[in-house]
Amino acid sequence: MYARSARPLRRAANVLARFNSTTVEPPPAGGHLPSVATSQLLRTTRESALRAPRIKWIDEDSTGPVKPVVGGRETRKMNTYQAVRDAMRYGGESCLNSSGSKKCSIVLLKDDNAVVFGEDVSFGGVFRCTMGLAEEFGRERVFNTPLTEQGIVGFGIGLAAMGHTAIAEIQFADYIYPAFDQLVNEAAKFRYRSGGAYNAGGLTVRTPTMAVGHGGLYHSQSPEGFFMGAAGLKVVIPRSPIQAKGLLLAAIRDPNPVVFMEPKVLYRSAVEQVPIDDFELPLGSAETLVAGADLTVLTWGTPVYHCEAALHMLANPPPSIATHVPSAVRGAKIELIDLRSILPWDVETVTESVKRTGRLVIVHEAGMTAGAGAEIAAEVQKRCFLKLNAPVKRVTGWDTPCGMQYEKFNIPDAIRVLDAMVETLSY
Amino acid sequence: MIRQAAAAILSGQRRSLASVARASANHHGYLPNTHSPIVAKPHFFNSVTEDGQQIPTYRVLDGTGKPLDGAELPEVNETLAHKLYENMQLLPTLDNILYNVQRQGKISFYMTSYGEEATIIGSAAALDMEDEVLGQYREMGVLLWRGYTLDKVMAQCFGHSEDLGKGKQMPVHFTAPEHHFHTISSPLGTQIPQAAGVAYALRRTPERRSRSIAACYFGEGAASEGDFHAGLLLASTIPSPALFIVRNNGFAISTPSTEQFYGDGIASRGPGYGIDTIRVDGNDVLAVLAAVKEARRRCLEQGRAVLLEAMTYRVGHHSTSDDSFAYRARSEVEDRKRIDNPITRFRLFMESQGWWNAEREEDLKARLKADVLKAFKRAESMPRCELKELFADVYGGEEPWNIKAQREELKGLLRKYGDSWEPWQTELAKFKNKGRDLLD
Repeated sequence: MYARSARPLRRAANVLARFNSTTVEPPPAGGHLPSVATSQLLRTTRESALRAPRIKWIDEDSTGPVKPVVGGRETRKMNTYQAVRDAMRYGGESCLNSSGSKKCSIVLLKDDNAVVFGEDVSFGGVFRCTMGLAEEFGRERVFNTPLTEQGIVGFGIGLAAMGHTAIAEIQFADYIYPAFDQLVNEAAKFRYRSGGAYNAGGLTVRTPTMAVGHGGLYHSQSPEGFFMGAAGLKVVIPRSPIQAKGLLLAAIRDPNPVVFMEPKVLYRSAVEQVPIDDFELPLGSAETLVAGADLTVLTWGTPVYHCEAALHMLANPPPSIATHVPSAVRGAKIELIDLRSILPWDVETVTESVKRTGRLVIVHEAGMTAGAGAEIAAEVQKRCFLKLNAPVKRVTGWDTPCGMQYEKFNIPDAIRVLDAMVETLSY
Repeated sequence: MIRQAAAAILSGQRRSLASVARASANHHGYLPNTHSPIVAKPHFFNSVTEDGQQIPTYRVLDGTGKPLDGAELPEVNETLAHKLYENMQLLPTLDNILYNVQRQGKISFYMTSYGEEATIIGSAAALDMEDEVLGQYREMGVLLWRGYTLDKVMAQCFGHSEDLGKGKQMPVHFTAPEHHFHTISSPLGTQIPQAAGVAYALRRTPERRSRSIAACYFGEGAASEGDFHAGLLLASTIPSPALFIVRNNGFAISTPSTEQFYGDGIASRGPGYGIDTIRVDGNDVLAVLAAVKEARRRCLEQGRAVLLEAMTYRVGHHSTSDDSFAYRARSEVEDRKRIDNPITRFRLFMESQGWWNAEREEDLKARLKADVLKAFKRAESMPRCELKELFADVYGGEEPWNIKAQREELKGLLRKYGDSWEPWQTELAKFKNKGRDLLD
């Protein structure tokens, strides 16, 4: 709640699309480039939503067999903040099935020990993710905290140590650092230091992350890399509403503390049909969004959509920049992977892909030096050395703070991803 | 006179605890190595005043601008009163215009000072112009008091080429070393322990020792951060002349102060750190002025921290990103504006002194509005800094290789796409020299 000041909130979403340079380009001769609003990666029909890869239905009757069937399941159109809220709670009349019995099972409803807390959570949170939860579940279970991030995370660890489910919100990822000690020295080491006698697995820390275009130094950061060395923690970043709900439910129930970073530019702009039932998506598992054979592009969060646009630009470059895209590379088959879990990261999926394509471009918003891409590049180099046809290329924010007026030249946008792909393919 | 009035309040807080100690000390002596008297009965306590009453609030003018019975007016002449009033009126003039400018999308963000004009201007007036100020983000009025120009306000909020901060921070994140005003940082409370360090440095600077203090502003919400406790503890234990000014405006974004703390405000914490503390009516500019003057004197005299809690009300939304009617009634805000308006209160006082009238009011408002609009119009057409500033000021001294390499990488990309990729063309046009400093 800092200048939080700066907290770019409600109006942010409208402004966000404007700031995404992927969306600004007028329709080129080759047709519209995808933006978040028009992304083909979003599952906007019930059929496609129910068939999200590796979706695991968590049905009410836990003693019965897991039902793989999708027939009869419902979806509802949600944006990302609604899906996050749905995971923590799920609300509305469709909570009851035709016979009137409760079939929804989401956390606050199913788990009496679950509590949701953080700065400004009671009125719905500055990004609206907890809207209505305090009214529905009461202020003992959904509550405002005083303005202390170290306190919020420490409090959550205490709840988790007692076997409760703590869903804490840090208002912006930029403000998570006062809690760094509690996360890195306490939550991450809780199990190890007690020989497994205690654990903080019940703790999930949700926090909005990444740039929106006008957030400046303290409302734009991607601090996932700082947590990558904190063995014992998990770090997850969803790209869409379905992903947010499934991954958040898995994070909350995972036996380890999880830092769950939600790209704030996607809260309103990314919309999907989201299954209303309880479901999980696996942690530690990447998802291949587009299959390819010539180059692997690995990313997570907001840049997923810049990468999608860059793939289209490569195949069908707008005339203004066509000279920079040799015809030889336009037919290249690009494999696009959303890493989803930053810690632990899915080394199998990534290296299997790179062994096939021989080329890797990693895209993230955090600065290059010691960003998550550095760790991934090192491991890929070790495991795929003889298969690599080009050096692993990183497209990242620069090693500078995120200066407000310079933001569009700092984030890894579609044109920079395109350039990196061309360079790597032409190596 | 001011000193006596405020000092009476300060010392009053300690009396009741002291009497408890005296009553028991003679019988059983003291705990070794401390001055803690030994008592035979268990005695719990949970109040600074000990008698269960809340910490009192120091006020000079009542809501109608009349001096309270027994209150001593600080020395204010007509000239000073005019300056106070003009600055108090300048804040809402700027707020009205910049709030709307943000709504039109011309600046990205803004935070108003509505309702807190007396706290900010009264304290600014009581400080020495060379006192180091570490603000939170709602203290633009301190800069205005010190002569920061409207053009500079606009330069920062528009992030254009005359902004000393080079457009790197969001609006209202001012930096002004020429006015001894440290850079605003969005993370809350970080300035509080820094103020202790600044104050200690002042002690160690011969020409500023006993002359300058560090004045540190923050809200009652920020006082929940660990940095608050660290800062007060340090400035007390490692004696440093830091004056901590809490703007208790009732809200931290949506969170009311009733959910921010259970104890008696922020003032109750001062005695825990062994520092002189006062609570003041933050909507009474003369009370703020008198209390800050006395607090400052104590800082210098004792070389130690002082805590001042100004009780006020955030009339505006937290920021342009917030709609406070989602969590508080519009009528509550309207009532506060009507019943407890710090600007009205002081105007009534000035009128009672024969220093102000309706005609002067009209003239002042028209002049301030014209001045602000002029500065706004000038700023509107100004370009941003040169694009190369993106990489400047990360380090001082020799620039590391990675920054150099990344600047070169961006140059290469701009040469390739800067003149042809529409989103970049549009963006480059906003910079001084249209980004040619990196393109050519």
